[in-house]
Amino acid sequence: MIAEIGHFALILALAVALVQAVVPLVGASRGNAAWMALSGPTSAAQVLLVGISFAALTHAYVTSDFSVMNVAQNSHTDKPMLYKVAGVWGNHEGSLLLWITILAVFGGAVTLFGRNLPPGLKSRALAVQAMITVGFLLFILLTSNPFARLEPPPLNGQGLNPLLQDPGLAFHPPLLYLGYVGFSMAFSFAIAALIEGRVDAAWARWVRPWTLAAWVFLTCGIALGSWWAYYELGWGGWWYWDPVENASFMPWLAGTALLHSAVVVEKRDALKSWTILLAITAFGLSLLGTFLVRSGVITSVHAFATDPARGVFILGLLVVAIGGSFLLYAVRAPALKTGGLFAPLSREGTLLLNNVLMATGAGTVLLGTLYPLFADALNLGKVSVGPPFFNAVFLPLMVPMVLAMAVGPLMSWKRSDLAGALSRLKIAAALAVAAAIATWVWQGGSLGPWWAAGGMALAVWLFLGVLTELAERIRLFRAPFGQSLSRLAKLPRSAWGMTITHAGLAVFIAGMTASSAWKQESVQSQKIGETITVAGYAFTLKDVQNVQGPNYLASRGTFEVSKDGKPFAVMQPQKRQYKSPPMPTTEAAIETTFLGDVYAVIGDSGGDGGYVTRLYFNPLVVWMWAGTGMMVLGGLVSLTDRRHRVGAPTRARLPAHSVRA
Amino acid sequence: MTRKKRRLYFVILGLLAVGTAAALVLSALRQDIVFFFSPTEILEAKVQTEGRRIRLGGLVEQGSVVKEGAKVRFKVTDGAHALPVEFEGLLPDLFREGQGVVTEGRMGAGVFLASEVLAKHDENYMPKEVADSLKKSGHWQGEEKK
Repeated sequence: MIAEIGHFALILALAVALVQAVVPLVGASRGNAAWMALSGPTSAAQVLLVGISFAALTHAYVTSDFSVMNVAQNSHTDKPMLYKVAGVWGNHEGSLLLWITILAVFGGAVTLFGRNLPPGLKSRALAVQAMITVGFLLFILLTSNPFARLEPPPLNGQGLNPLLQDPGLAFHPPLLYLGYVGFSMAFSFAIAALIEGRVDAAWARWVRPWTLAAWVFLTCGIALGSWWAYYELGWGGWWYWDPVENASFMPWLAGTALLHSAVVVEKRDALKSWTILLAITAFGLSLLGTFLVRSGVITSVHAFATDPARGVFILGLLVVAIGGSFLLYAVRAPALKTGGLFAPLSREGTLLLNNVLMATGAGTVLLGTLYPLFADALNLGKVSVGPPFFNAVFLPLMVPMVLAMAVGPLMSWKRSDLAGALSRLKIAAALAVAAAIATWVWQGGSLGPWWAAGGMALAVWLFLGVLTELAERIRLFRAPFGQSLSRLAKLPRSAWGMTITHAGLAVFIAGMTASSAWKQESVQSQKIGETITVAGYAFTLKDVQNVQGPNYLASRGTFEVSKDGKPFAVMQPQKRQYKSPPMPTTEAAIETTFLGDVYAVIGDSGGDGGYVTRLYFNPLVVWMWAGTGMMVLGGLVSLTDRRHRVGAPTRARLPAHSVRA
Repeated sequence: MTRKKRRLYFVILGLLAVGTAAALVLSALRQDIVFFFSPTEILEAKVQTEGRRIRLGGLVEQGSVVKEGAKVRFKVTDGAHALPVEFEGLLPDLFREGQGVVTEGRMGAGVFLASEVLAKHDENYMPKEVADSLKKSGHWQGEEKK
């Protein structure tokens, strides 16, 4: 009964969304206030109806109602409660319902927090949101009903893929979706602005916090997925340039570019149509990501929907949404008034450089991700495009961007002199070169990869560049110390946000470089009592025992690890065999230190009395997670800046000659 | 700085970035992409495989897996032909006889020297390339996915 209520609520939500997509839009173009105001109650109704539906599915999972097909296929009574709940979105239908739920919540948030939005912009943006909702609701109701019943209901469910039974992955999809769907806000505002024919500083100020929030969630979601891959898959890597990873990384790149160009719109009233284009692109890539992941067109670990009808539907949705908005952009963007001018060497100029490189980077990732599809379609053979391609193409594009990242914040708006900015970065440059030389000498010249020295130099350059900018801002050593301190205390939160995020990227680059360049690894058949030494850590395999878990059996190896003769840790990696579905998984044992992770994996018996073991030392891995954490923290700090919440809501009066919709 | 000049700057910057990216992409597409072949294609010497990094996919032949410590030997078959593979390392969790597999490496003397055996996260999962090559050799057993 409850499942039927959930299904019915979804159908009602579709009807409400149709009203919300049409009436406020018509109202806005006719100047009918009552029609425009309808977007408020309809978006509240959306939250309620979709919320009921989501709650109904969650109820089915929590109570293990196996008469619902979705639950029977993806859950099991002996699963821990956390994974019963996470199971709601651990499958195709449920994840789409989660998407819609988040979309509705965002729409409701606009209504709730957007009281000072101009009614025209607000009602149009909410109407565009409703159009996206209609598309996705149709998709769910027509091809992927999560509430379909099963007759007769089975005694127990088939269980959730054990790899997904993990706290990191339980929260990975919701965070990722909060990011994807968050970009829909920027998209809706961009379309609304195109219909209205005006983009101004006030517009950018409304869009920025939404984009920033989406960016924070997306960063968190990607990092969580990457962390999961690192500790759960037991391969010791954290990024594989898998199509699915790329699918989430492309909107991240476009979203990062959007964040920066929106700053230029807000502060300088320039780069307007470019910003609109980025907003459309960021959401378009989010949709494309969903399509790639859900349609099964690309060989990937997440491709659970192999039903072509679904793929065709998403492709149609994609064509309509992206094609339609680009068409609208082509027609309307030339009417946007270009604003403030700037010299190439200025803060706007460096932000533009950042944007161009980010967008090009996203383009190369897109090309690499889709190339196997094209090659197959054009009969060029079956190919796979993997890490060598992306490392050779994407990373070189990011080098000038990181170089410019230290310089940009030191430039002033409108017109600036590069020599002045560079002269302030003398110390940073000197220490970056020193870091490169030190790295080169430490790794024994060309014994290590040459780019490691470059990577470390970039990290040092960026980190010191960020500190230099902070010191400049508070006039450290140039004003009395007390005055510098009081300037420090008065820095706006958004400035702190930038400083923390950029410094976080520097820390991340250091970790990424070290773990890619100097990972040490040893794979062998190890007998009980045998000692293998990796990077100075001596691993002695003490024993291998069978242990019983709540829904699995495991063989657990015990390693005594010592460093320089002193005991370091006892590590117990496992190889688990789950019961439902029957499937083995590898549980790595990881000991994290400041300088690197000690990582042990145990495999099957090698047939000669030993066990296959894989032992790693992964340098500075924790720096990557810390760096990502700093990036997220910086975003959050910036979000709390009160300028994002108050101020500038009033718009300049419409000039008489501006375009009317 | 006039509007035109700024636009020109924008265009030059864009062209520069896209040009660099295009050059990088073209060189990477020549060296860094990996072609996928079935055992039949390799054994009938239809393709030039010497010295190149390639992917080999098919089913792990029943009864062919031999473990010697950390070294594993097995055969990959597409029904028509089977090619011996050597791999040293930890096999993915879902590696099993009779299951689909994709390996990456180079051709040695009659043996495929794999440096990677790809894992997939789902027990029912059949890599698309493997399914296609099995269909081609007429040994596709599974039902056609609707």
